[in-house]
Amino acid sequence: MKVPRSTLLWTALLLISLGLAHSTWRHWVHQVPLLPGSQAQYWDIEARVELQASGNPVQVRLAIPESQPGFLMQSEHTASPGYGVNFIENGLRHVEWSIRGAEGLQWLYYRTQFRVDDQQLLAAVDQPPAIQEQLWEDPIETAAAQLLRRSWQESAEGFSLAQALTRRLSDTSNENAGLLLSELAPEEALVRLLNEAQVPARVLRGLRLEDGRRNQRLQPLVQVFQDHEWRLYDPVNALEEPGQRYLLWQQASGPVLEVMGAKDSQVNFSMLSTREPASGGVHALAAGDALLNLSIHSLPITEQAVFRTLMLLPVGALVVVLLRVFIGLKTSGTFMPVLIALAFLEMSLLPGVITFLMIVAAGLVIRQLLAYLNLLLVARVGAVIVCVIGLIALMSVVSFHAGISTGMQVTLFPMIILAWTIERMSILWEEEGAREVFVQGAGSLLTAIVAFLAMDQSLMRYWLFNFPGLQLVVMALILIAGSYTGYRFVELWRFQPLVKEKGDRKDAG
Amino acid sequence: MLAKLSRYFATPSQLRQAGVLGMNQRNLRCIGSYNPRKLFPLVDDKLQTKLLAEDYQLAIPQLLAVIRSQMDVKRFERFLPSGQGFAIKPAKGSGGKGILIILESRGNYYRKASGQWVSRQKVERHLSNLISGLYSLGGNPDVAIIETLIENSPEFKDFTYQGVPDIRVIVYRGYPVMAMMRLSTQASDGKANLHQGAIGVGIDLASGHAVQAVQHDRPVKEHPDTGKNLNELKISDWRSMLLLASRCYDMTGLGYLGADLVRDARQGALLLELNARPGLAIQLANTAGLSPRLKILDQWIHRIKGPEQPSEDRVAVAQKLFAEHDAAEISICVDQPHHVE
Repeated sequence: MKVPRSTLLWTALLLISLGLAHSTWRHWVHQVPLLPGSQAQYWDIEARVELQASGNPVQVRLAIPESQPGFLMQSEHTASPGYGVNFIENGLRHVEWSIRGAEGLQWLYYRTQFRVDDQQLLAAVDQPPAIQEQLWEDPIETAAAQLLRRSWQESAEGFSLAQALTRRLSDTSNENAGLLLSELAPEEALVRLLNEAQVPARVLRGLRLEDGRRNQRLQPLVQVFQDHEWRLYDPVNALEEPGQRYLLWQQASGPVLEVMGAKDSQVNFSMLSTREPASGGVHALAAGDALLNLSIHSLPITEQAVFRTLMLLPVGALVVVLLRVFIGLKTSGTFMPVLIALAFLEMSLLPGVITFLMIVAAGLVIRQLLAYLNLLLVARVGAVIVCVIGLIALMSVVSFHAGISTGMQVTLFPMIILAWTIERMSILWEEEGAREVFVQGAGSLLTAIVAFLAMDQSLMRYWLFNFPGLQLVVMALILIAGSYTGYRFVELWRFQPLVKEKGDRKDAG
Repeated sequence: MLAKLSRYFATPSQLRQAGVLGMNQRNLRCIGSYNPRKLFPLVDDKLQTKLLAEDYQLAIPQLLAVIRSQMDVKRFERFLPSGQGFAIKPAKGSGGKGILIILESRGNYYRKASGQWVSRQKVERHLSNLISGLYSLGGNPDVAIIETLIENSPEFKDFTYQGVPDIRVIVYRGYPVMAMMRLSTQASDGKANLHQGAIGVGIDLASGHAVQAVQHDRPVKEHPDTGKNLNELKISDWRSMLLLASRCYDMTGLGYLGADLVRDARQGALLLELNARPGLAIQLANTAGLSPRLKILDQWIHRIKGPEQPSEDRVAVAQKLFAEHDAAEISICVDQPHHVE
């Protein structure tokens, strides 16, 4: 019935070599890079429309961006409780919100993700707008003519002319530019000057991309055409940052936001940049022998996203096994900490820990109140679940209005598990006292944090997702840990008196 | 720095030398090897244990009633002799959770072990919680066992605060290997649960005398509430206790077993419950590791030819092998262990 320990070690060795062999094969045959060197940059952009409704039907039209040279759209969605949402795609892209009656301050959200496309898969080509005849008023005519003449001399074609003009316009010491800008907005001045020189150009609205910025506005950008090819010029900040990236929010002229039935409307933008391993190239390679390859990349994108987290679970399990077998940490519920860690992964560590502590603490109080009602156990746990969901809803709303976006992800906590944790903790409190609750709670939280730190490593994410064979290695490690019969770390403390007693006795004898 | 650390921590090799059985080793070597999973329900369900013990003629506190449904809860007293005390226990509870001791009843009021009177509603709520699984492992639905109270034997009167002290005997492959008495304290709320602050007193297998006492895993000399010197603790008719514990092996077939016994003033040794995963604090209470004793027994059993020894012989062998005062003789009467770790 029992097999010797060596069998286990051989099994583990076999698993490890299988896993490593598969990973090597993935690397050599399928060209999956060992390190996530080729990372892609992603931009998450959120547009928030704010308006004051007064009970009448409200209709909101917001221009929305699309894939463009340098940026490929990955996903988009809206958040607007109670509103009907409509995407309009003909010509200019718009999202249209409508509601029969709304009262008070309203917020509408549009979120989108772009991948930075350095290979320029999309060419910057479009139909140039018609050139308009320019009529200059008297005081600025000479200034415009001088500016244009100087710039014309030091340029070869449309783009270099635009370059020279923006440089002059943004130079505050240039008197001609100062005179021109006292009458015209910079983008308007640039377009008019270019048109004067028979270069097609127009004003579009776009975003200056800066990581972590909030409450940003769209800014005017000048699109300059050379035949059918175009480039963007920032008429204001041209000199400051030459490598600055701009995302066009609209691909043709037109209003960005139109609101009917409400007042005081405005739109703000916030943006966030992330770097993640690019999977596009891997995807194409994997499609061929998907089954043999065991590659997750052969699945549809939505399922890939699920596996991105699922493949991390074994690492969390390994952490729990290690902490229990080698350290002897007490947790409430064996693998509950892993699920908590998963929630932390979605909402980052500190907000995660804080919300977890707040929910459990509030839940314990509610559980104590429920105890007065003399309920059956199942009903009481059910009631705790309802209360936990209420708490989570409350926290989401509060953090949302306070402008903390992480609060919205509280819903990622495994609800039922939280309710049971609260129930078990409160029973523990009654039966074993606050100390045990503290010990187990701290143990769970510590395990969850360690599991989070292990799963949060970008290298770990990359390897486990792109080399499924490594799962076997993780399993082998768990098997080896499972056969450890030595002392746990806490036992070194717990049984310490036994050692001393023996020593004393020897001394006495 | 290191010296300071060693005051709080032992090194693994020191523990190995002291023969301490660790949790991992207990789980793999003892429980994994000698306790087949399918036998666990016999001890995890106290009702099954009780019925089995009746079949095997082992002395147990008398079973008064079993409350199985919420309907029975409303009329629980119908099953009980009026006025007398009783103990309510969850059949699948662990660690002494969910045990309610009622000393006497008067009308709709019940006096708890703490002396506090509680209403009938409270008792009903306790029963209803218990049946819906509040105290059971994994929160599964449970049944309530109601049994007669145990009358504390006068010899232990001064050694305990409120509750009745119980005796835990570890039985390895049928042989008692180590024993400990658990004394309730005020800190443990009158419960004989070491986690909650009850005192564990190691008992010498040969004589039934106290070896050493610990509270919260650390040595103590006197009972904190009664002030009684714990070294004076002595269990009379000790052999019959060990015999009862040893026979639990025959009853369940579990090779690594914790038997919880009590001494009733009138009925003598009674079996309270059995545990298939007994804790390791008993080593601290005895200032001795379990590992060497288990090894000695393994060798002893290896040597015995023919059928298994009967329980009387097993107790006699264990008392001879593990007598506290002639610990030195162990190495003489059994060959030096050849086990390789």
